[in-house]
Amino acid sequence: MTASQPLVHAQDVTMRFGGLTALDNLTLDIRAGEVLGLLGPNGSGKTTFFNVLTGIYKASAGAIRFNDKLLTGLSPQEIYRAGISRTFQRSRLSLPLTVFDNIVIGDYQHLQRGMIFNLFRRAAFRAEYEQAVERVRQLLAIFSPPLLDRLFEPVGTFSMIDRRRIEVCRALMSNPQLLLLDEPSAGMTHDETHELMDDILEVRGKLRNLTVVLIEHEMNVIERVTERCIVFSYGKKIADGSFAQITADPVVQTAYLGEAA
Amino acid sequence: MSTITPSLARGRGRGGVAIQIALALVVTVFLWLFLQAKSQIEVCVLLVLAAVAVFAASRFGLTERIETATRTSPRAGPWCALIGTLALIAAFYDVHYVLLLICTVLLFSTACLGLTVQFGYVGIANFAGAAFFGIGSYTIAVLAARTGIPHLLLIVLSGVVSAAIGSILILPVLRTRGHYAALVTIAFGILFHTFVEVNNVLGGPQGLHLPGISTFGYSFGDGFTLFDQDVSFYVPYALLSVVIFGAAYGVIKRLERSWIGLSMDVVRTDETAAATFGIHIARWKVIAFMLGNFLAGVAGSVYGMMTGFVSPDNFTFSDSLLLVSIAVLGGLGNPLGLVPAAFIVLVLPQKLQFIQEYRFLFYAVVVIAILLFRPDGLLPRRTRQFFNNEVSR
Repeated sequence: MTASQPLVHAQDVTMRFGGLTALDNLTLDIRAGEVLGLLGPNGSGKTTFFNVLTGIYKASAGAIRFNDKLLTGLSPQEIYRAGISRTFQRSRLSLPLTVFDNIVIGDYQHLQRGMIFNLFRRAAFRAEYEQAVERVRQLLAIFSPPLLDRLFEPVGTFSMIDRRRIEVCRALMSNPQLLLLDEPSAGMTHDETHELMDDILEVRGKLRNLTVVLIEHEMNVIERVTERCIVFSYGKKIADGSFAQITADPVVQTAYLGEAA
Repeated sequence: MSTITPSLARGRGRGGVAIQIALALVVTVFLWLFLQAKSQIEVCVLLVLAAVAVFAASRFGLTERIETATRTSPRAGPWCALIGTLALIAAFYDVHYVLLLICTVLLFSTACLGLTVQFGYVGIANFAGAAFFGIGSYTIAVLAARTGIPHLLLIVLSGVVSAAIGSILILPVLRTRGHYAALVTIAFGILFHTFVEVNNVLGGPQGLHLPGISTFGYSFGDGFTLFDQDVSFYVPYALLSVVIFGAAYGVIKRLERSWIGLSMDVVRTDETAAATFGIHIARWKVIAFMLGNFLAGVAGSVYGMMTGFVSPDNFTFSDSLLLVSIAVLGGLGNPLGLVPAAFIVLVLPQKLQFIQEYRFLFYAVVVIAILLFRPDGLLPRRTRQFFNNEVSR
């Protein structure tokens, strides 16, 4: 894909909740293969952008194109099938279900869902199931080998960092083109965040076409892993560039620290 | 991961089977004594005995060993339960009343299998279980009287009608969640009760008489003679109930251990995450709701034919509550827990007639006590194993 052709192109996207404008005429590009950081103070619209992009919210105005396909108006299910997958700021795993259950559901589109197949063709189901176990194991082997031994334990018994890893694995299970990570460091220690980021970078090194967009508050994480950053403030894009560029930008400094006295 | 050598695992498996057979034997003998107990002293002694046994078992680690056994050899449990049930039916071959109780437990358990799919898997709390049960009874009552369709086919048809009538609720159930969906079903249950009460074609408050099942020229109501003994006419119904419950149990268990069961569980636990990963939320809710109502309708049709009479007062809101309480008491989402729960909810009050009005009080205390000590129900649902011989630790 040429650099001139962005993977995602959002044009004048506006999202209103009653009187509140969470996204205000937002226009931005996500380039294929990059690691893009989304920054901005709390409430600046970063997560809202993810929710609009994945179809959980319907934009009040504007259009988002993904590989030139118009996403606006599509259901979350259709957007998932188009190749976008995500994690959530607050973990959204199914706690009573096992690690395997939670990860394998990430590839729902490729699981056979016919009644006859699932209920009565158990030998064929078993073959598909064993293949799925193998694929989950391979993913965990890259991402978090210690979890392999606990594949059939309920997720509720795991620590925060393991749950994040499971969530990332679930998002990667469908081989998405675009992976959205919503504050993966939330609720984790400094070291744990580093570990998780290393894992994500390692996986990305192995899956060449993966584009990653990351919402993050920890500046050292952003500095280390992102190639480009976009800064939001009050639902608007106020800066776009490398980490060094945006941190030097006076507009960004004002947004974070307020007007100089 | 699996450090157990095959021979060791097999040895442990065999021990597990032995424990389960022993347990089934003890439970069957206990139920045999309990069901035939007539005097209040007998019933009291047996109840105290049961309470002491349950307490001692958990005190001396027996409960844990039984749980390990059912996990290492999960196939044995259901078969032991089946053989135990058949043994009880054989033991009480000429006692109408006890056989009626056994049939009631099995048929209500079948209806609760439906609730398990709706409530336990996909997360729709259905408080109109008795209405769908009743639709099954009324359907077979009308069709058996007015058409010549074979009765076995009518049983299936009653389930279909129940699911079809239930489909008018699909839209409101899909648009609401949690308590609000429950409210929709409560309203439907009341609507059904009122409808059959005022509808003269369906017999109004007096209800309808049913002819009893006859199939391949044999009428269930005639009973039969075996080894020169008159066998109760409830025995064929009991056997049919066993078959229906067994088949439904098999299907529901397989459903749980499939991508469908997994998808339903994800819909229940987090709809937003489910949508994000492409899961067709509406599809699984509709399938679960229809399947559940189908099972309730099938159970209702056999129950109606067995009792020979349907009336609106058999299908009130409190009967729906009874079904929900069985599903919850058994351990929501675990089909195997339904039978002991149905037994406690349906049989215990019958056996406690000697304390008259206090029996409901006592029964309520028992239910509360069980949920106090086992807040997830008698047999809580375990994490999914897609296949039996998976060594998961």
